[in-house]
Amino acid sequence: MSILMISGVTATSCIGRGLEQTLAALHGRRGGLAPCVFRDMVVDTWVGEVAGVDDEKMDADLRDFNCRNNRLAQLALSQDGFTDAVEVAVGRWGRRRVGVFLGTSTAGMLRTEWAFRHRDAVNGQLPAEFVYAGTHSPYSLTEFVRRKLGLAGPAVAVSSACSSSAKVFASAQRMIDCGLIDAAVVGGVDSLCATTLYGFESLGLLAKEPCRPFNVDRAGISIGEAAAYMLVERVTGPQDREAVWLLGVGESSDAYHMSSPHPEGLGARLAMERALVSAGLGPEHIDYINLHGTGTVANDAAEAIAIANVFGTATPCSSTKGATGHTLGAAGALEAAICVLSIQNGFMPSGPYTGPRDHAMEINYISQNQGAAISTVLSNSFGFGGSNCSLIFGRPI
Amino acid sequence: MHPVYVEGIGVLGPGIQNWQEAVYLLKGEDTYLPGRTILSSPESLPPAERRRASRGVMAALQVGYAACAMAGILPAEPASVFASSGGDGDICNAICSAMAAGDHLISPTQFHNSVHNAISGYWGIATGAMAPSSVVSAYDGSFAAGLLEAVSLLLTLRTPVLLVASDQDYPFPLYAARPVPDIFAVALLLTVTPQPGKALVQIRIPGDMPFAERPGQAMSDAQLDDLSRAIPAARCLPLLQSIARRDSGNIVLEYLPSQYLVLEVAPCR
Repeated sequence: MSILMISGVTATSCIGRGLEQTLAALHGRRGGLAPCVFRDMVVDTWVGEVAGVDDEKMDADLRDFNCRNNRLAQLALSQDGFTDAVEVAVGRWGRRRVGVFLGTSTAGMLRTEWAFRHRDAVNGQLPAEFVYAGTHSPYSLTEFVRRKLGLAGPAVAVSSACSSSAKVFASAQRMIDCGLIDAAVVGGVDSLCATTLYGFESLGLLAKEPCRPFNVDRAGISIGEAAAYMLVERVTGPQDREAVWLLGVGESSDAYHMSSPHPEGLGARLAMERALVSAGLGPEHIDYINLHGTGTVANDAAEAIAIANVFGTATPCSSTKGATGHTLGAAGALEAAICVLSIQNGFMPSGPYTGPRDHAMEINYISQNQGAAISTVLSNSFGFGGSNCSLIFGRPI
Repeated sequence: MHPVYVEGIGVLGPGIQNWQEAVYLLKGEDTYLPGRTILSSPESLPPAERRRASRGVMAALQVGYAACAMAGILPAEPASVFASSGGDGDICNAICSAMAAGDHLISPTQFHNSVHNAISGYWGIATGAMAPSSVVSAYDGSFAAGLLEAVSLLLTLRTPVLLVASDQDYPFPLYAARPVPDIFAVALLLTVTPQPGKALVQIRIPGDMPFAERPGQAMSDAQLDDLSRAIPAARCLPLLQSIARRDSGNIVLEYLPSQYLVLEVAPCR
């Protein structure tokens, strides 16, 4: 597959609105997790809530899309000059040649939960203000962002649990390669809701303290919310040596279990190997790996085995979910943005200090931020249903 | 764009049991009688997964197996695309109803089945397929979005791709907000190089003009036309009809608001 130019990036999560705050938090090793006081939910866990989401006002003609997920989508779109970058791409290629590929696992689930608490006392109907297409449908996010940006190319929602917003890069790259489009807005938005909080609680996968990926006493995930976008474009003309590119994508299926990873990380390994093949790179070319690293006992152990099998034990790696929480359907895009920051700023973020590492896992998990000239990074995203995706970003070698 | 070829088809819906029956209905040689969708349980699923899989998953697996069998391809082999307008309607309704009543103890099985990629996950477990599997959604245009994804995956990988589009009904009260009446599932096994005697139809997306602003013609059988509009995955029926009739020409499928997907189709044998 061809490489793609990244001409716009933005990310908003509990560690910051936009890239400047995100970078400062990563440099300062500050996490954004806090004890859960979200709405009326009673769960003994920490969450990564984005401040000010509910202050967003929706445009009058987009009122049907009003839900926390789309308010978060809108808040994030207005950071880092992202909409201006999209306008430039529209000027270059035309509105019909810019696609929209967004991942979400929740869409506006919080709004649906609200609707079920406000059913008509007599006939049991959901309230008339509940708009399925604009809030509940997985596609609601994509259509909202497409209208906000005034785009008219192909558009799709990808909802493959926690790999959703990594897999959008693959879909966009393929459609550009096929010649149907020249540029794409890719990304993901996921928002806090009762279904994911109580659902992960029922699986016994929620940590009671901030999550501690790859720690010896790790005890589960912390759920976060986030919105992150990238603008990717077909490469034309001479290559800008300072720009960061999407170099490769690899996808696989575990074919093992609905909610547990393959114990030897077989699917994860396949995704990473396919990403390397797609980028035309060897494992020795990867300078840093941003792990899926959720903080559950099984996930981290399986990923460590997969990493060791593909890369050996020397490649520096870390998970940033200790800072942001696991942002589920937005994690792939959020961590892709962190990878771009990492290349542009020459540093590898270790996440907040959370205690001793699990040395049974023989990988080079960095225990503090490290400055280094890094040109090529790999980011992992794995989801329920055994859906795996690895992305490689970097400067062309 | 480079053409692709359909070598296997599976279909299941209200009053439609399989592709062999559907051909007669779509050609007008048999009369279409609406009914309820009747599922059969795929024997290949491990017993534990068979217990856990929902009816929407069973329907999707059934058509997926049928399309692979017709093409003579092992189900573990193709990459896959699963397209669906919504997730599992029964589970979503059950979880939301329980939580609204103050019961926050979600069943772990229900929770992992609630993800939109549950069908893709069960397909992998049942068949052993470790190939890339895409999961896409575009409201009423989910079939067309899935076909676009499948064609671009096929042209990139150049190995067979299985497209499965399926949707299922919601119970009350979600049904009132999204009135999908029943299960419909369709699978197409797509290849990039036609095998003699296997390829049924050539499909090409016109790269210079892939989209139309107006919908295609209604289907001539009013009840089939109703079905195609009632369930998002059944928006494939105009394409299936042209395959059954061995028509050549353009098919226009529902895709995004005011944006329809154009397909050039030509029969192969």
